[in-house]
Amino acid sequence: MVVPSSDIDSSSPDAMRLFYRRLYPFPSIFTWLNQQHAPTRLFTHREFAFTLPGDVYLRYNSFQNVEELKKQVCNLNPSRFEIGPMYSVRPKDRRTARPGAFFPVQRELVFDIDMTDYDPIRTCCSEAAICKRCWGFISAAVHVLDAAIRDQFGYQHLMWVYSGRRGIHLWISDKEAMELTDDERKAMVNWLTVVQGGKEPGKKVNVRIGSRALPPSLQECLQELAEVFTDLILQDQDCFATEEGYEALLMLLPVPDVVDALRAKWSADPMRSSSEKWTDLKAQIKKSSEKATLTAALEDIILQYTYPRLDAEVSKHRNHLLKAPFVVHPGTGRVCVPVDLARIDDFDPDKVPTVGQLLEELNHIEGEKEPGDHDSDWQKTSLKPYVEMLDNHVARIMNDIRKVKLENDMSW
Amino acid sequence: MWKARNQQARTSAAGDSKFQGSSHSDLVYPHRLNFYDSPPLFDVTLEEFEECALDRLRILAEIESSAARNRTWEETKAVTVSQCFKYLPLNSTSAEKVDRDSERRKDHLGHFVLRLAFCRSEDLRRRFIKAESTLFKIRYDTDDSKERRNFLSSRDFRWIAVDDSEKAMYKEQLKAAYHGLKSESDRQSAFAADNFYKVKWTRVPDLVDRRKVFLKGGWAYVPGRELASIVFQEFEVQLDKALNVTAKSLPRLDEDTRLVPILNNLSQGFLAGVASDWSGMSSESAGDGITADMIDDMAKKHFPLCMRVMHSNLIKDHHLKHFGRLNYGLFLKALGVTVDEAIIFWRKSFMGGKVTEDRFNKEYKYNIRHSYGLEGKRANYPAKTCMQLLQGNDEYGCPYRSFTPDNLQTALLAAYTPLGLKSIDLAEIMHTKKTEHFHVGCTRIFEITHGHCGIKKGEGVGDGESVTHPNQYAARSIELEKSKEVKTEAMDVDD
Repeated sequence: MVVPSSDIDSSSPDAMRLFYRRLYPFPSIFTWLNQQHAPTRLFTHREFAFTLPGDVYLRYNSFQNVEELKKQVCNLNPSRFEIGPMYSVRPKDRRTARPGAFFPVQRELVFDIDMTDYDPIRTCCSEAAICKRCWGFISAAVHVLDAAIRDQFGYQHLMWVYSGRRGIHLWISDKEAMELTDDERKAMVNWLTVVQGGKEPGKKVNVRIGSRALPPSLQECLQELAEVFTDLILQDQDCFATEEGYEALLMLLPVPDVVDALRAKWSADPMRSSSEKWTDLKAQIKKSSEKATLTAALEDIILQYTYPRLDAEVSKHRNHLLKAPFVVHPGTGRVCVPVDLARIDDFDPDKVPTVGQLLEELNHIEGEKEPGDHDSDWQKTSLKPYVEMLDNHVARIMNDIRKVKLENDMSW
Repeated sequence: MWKARNQQARTSAAGDSKFQGSSHSDLVYPHRLNFYDSPPLFDVTLEEFEECALDRLRILAEIESSAARNRTWEETKAVTVSQCFKYLPLNSTSAEKVDRDSERRKDHLGHFVLRLAFCRSEDLRRRFIKAESTLFKIRYDTDDSKERRNFLSSRDFRWIAVDDSEKAMYKEQLKAAYHGLKSESDRQSAFAADNFYKVKWTRVPDLVDRRKVFLKGGWAYVPGRELASIVFQEFEVQLDKALNVTAKSLPRLDEDTRLVPILNNLSQGFLAGVASDWSGMSSESAGDGITADMIDDMAKKHFPLCMRVMHSNLIKDHHLKHFGRLNYGLFLKALGVTVDEAIIFWRKSFMGGKVTEDRFNKEYKYNIRHSYGLEGKRANYPAKTCMQLLQGNDEYGCPYRSFTPDNLQTALLAAYTPLGLKSIDLAEIMHTKKTEHFHVGCTRIFEITHGHCGIKKGEGVGDGESVTHPNQYAARSIELEKSKEVKTEAMDVDD
């Protein structure tokens, strides 16, 4: 089945079907969700939701095994699909359950960071656009969040997945994280939420009680964020270059004298860079009589500009659906691939493989031999490193589970 | 018989006794606080079964209404403590003159009966847990500190004491718990004096939510003074689990025809918003036999304004519209009017109006029987609470809210002048209307019109409770009159 390359249109239904049939790594996704080789309730009781063309949304699908899932996906050919929680009853049988007996039980703990939340502070793009430069915000956020979750909450099985356009998802598969209740998820989100949302300008960091010092968890990451602040905010994004930019900064300073002095200086010299302005600000603080208040404000500013901005609603409820890894973003044609934490700073959204590109690659090898089983065709394309990333991640999860099992056996 | 039962309970508690090092080991229940881990394993009479539950329900309902009325923690505590003193006293172990075991036995039994009544739906479970854990917190707060320590050590809360080397390692982070103290030396000494305990962070989600603890590797380091958080969380988690287990085994109980009606009645009362001052009353007063021709007299003496208004409209127009009939009819039902008497009452009241006898039988009788659960869905509809009347249709709702100030004054004077209301009292009532504290106004009217029974300002319908249900108003009024009659009778005999 050779498709002439000129015919590949990444948004066409045929291309999507071909992608699902030959490239989508169903077995890897299955073991990742299932955490074992034989199907468990983690898979059979799991909700899958399909988005079909024309805004048709099919919820509460569930499958016995991975073959059934693949068959249905190829059949329906959804533009994308999403993964929900494991329920107490197979989602497709939910109508047969007693009222109240159908409820979510387990679910990966998920987080969503979306570039739109950074619109007030990013200067390079806005709305749906994303470039290599805005990715700096995402990678800074990922570093902080990843470290905080591992260090403070002790979870280990974190997988970061590019959302296909302008954001990133985090899936945590630790057993304890899977079992968190909605209330616990909410508590965790509140712990990790430092910058309050909302488009209106002004102070959005309120983590202190009165004028006390920052909580220790934030104190610890402040040093790292200060570096990010210098590189990203002052130099790369040059956030305070424009009048709008520096007025936003001045709004966060609680001492009117200092604000007036700085405003006078900066409006007189429109060419002053953000770094220079930041130095001016620090010099003013040294002279000011309210040093303590201003130093605290300075810390809050660094947090406001660099601390991860979470889409809190995604994380709070177990039954929230989140786009499955490796599906294609309908707008960009890019595949939602896992992101390697060690190389996240070099990640370039523009270099992520698209459906069109992958099918083209497939075409080139097609001539060599007639393929039999399609399940492992991804190995021949640039999808390979990403699927391997998932496989390695899954291997670590399963290894952990095996260890726990072994320990339990020993205790008998 | 009592001895044998007592021994049974003793054996069931024996398992716990090894934990307790206090000198009061002769008690079956060594601690005032109870996590209700083991069910009561003794015989009880049906009366005791119901009574314990009703008494506890009063307290839980008061706690619920405290939350609804937005009382502060201190106010809630004060009200609950006084209610507990009345219905469910629970003395500390040091009160050696009191039969502490029987108090604690009642507490134990009541809790488990209510578990049976409240495990059946998600909503009931959630509300029960909330009310019970508030009660537990109040008792924990008011417990003697030494006895509280004894109680805490009697149970394994699975917290790990943080040893000195670990405490030193995270010194800076842990000291953040004392940022509230002004000077560095104060912080240092507070930190040095306090003990820290490690628990999985999911056991203290409220502290995590407010960033009150230090987190490391999934462990929350809880300072000693926040320890209560772990205890309360544990209480709620255990109770939630237990209720779910109870719910699963409940169907087996369905065959017991003695208990099921009692349990249904209990949860109904709670669902109606305000328990059961009046629901307890209704079962008793049903025997008193309120007949149709007594209602008019009772209305004048005992009904709150909302029901007074409906009653006089009915008498005047020989008719009430649907929701008026529904609200008033359910009120009468809860008051203890039987269905037969209710039909007689409504028929008589309609006489002289447009509705003929024939039409009454055809169109209205069904509705009356329906509201008594004898037709259609056969549901036992509870009488409307003040909350429902305040939210519902104005025409049949709370007159303190819906009437204009002028009309309210006229109505109040017309209804209550014979009971001692004077026009100078009205300013106060009108002020409560202005500030939209309608139940306060109603409560004040109750106090004024029952001054002759010795009710003073601020006492409300007993213990400072305010009016939350028309039936509560009426029931308390009838109760007061009765006790007054008993007193005068007694005096007559003396003479």
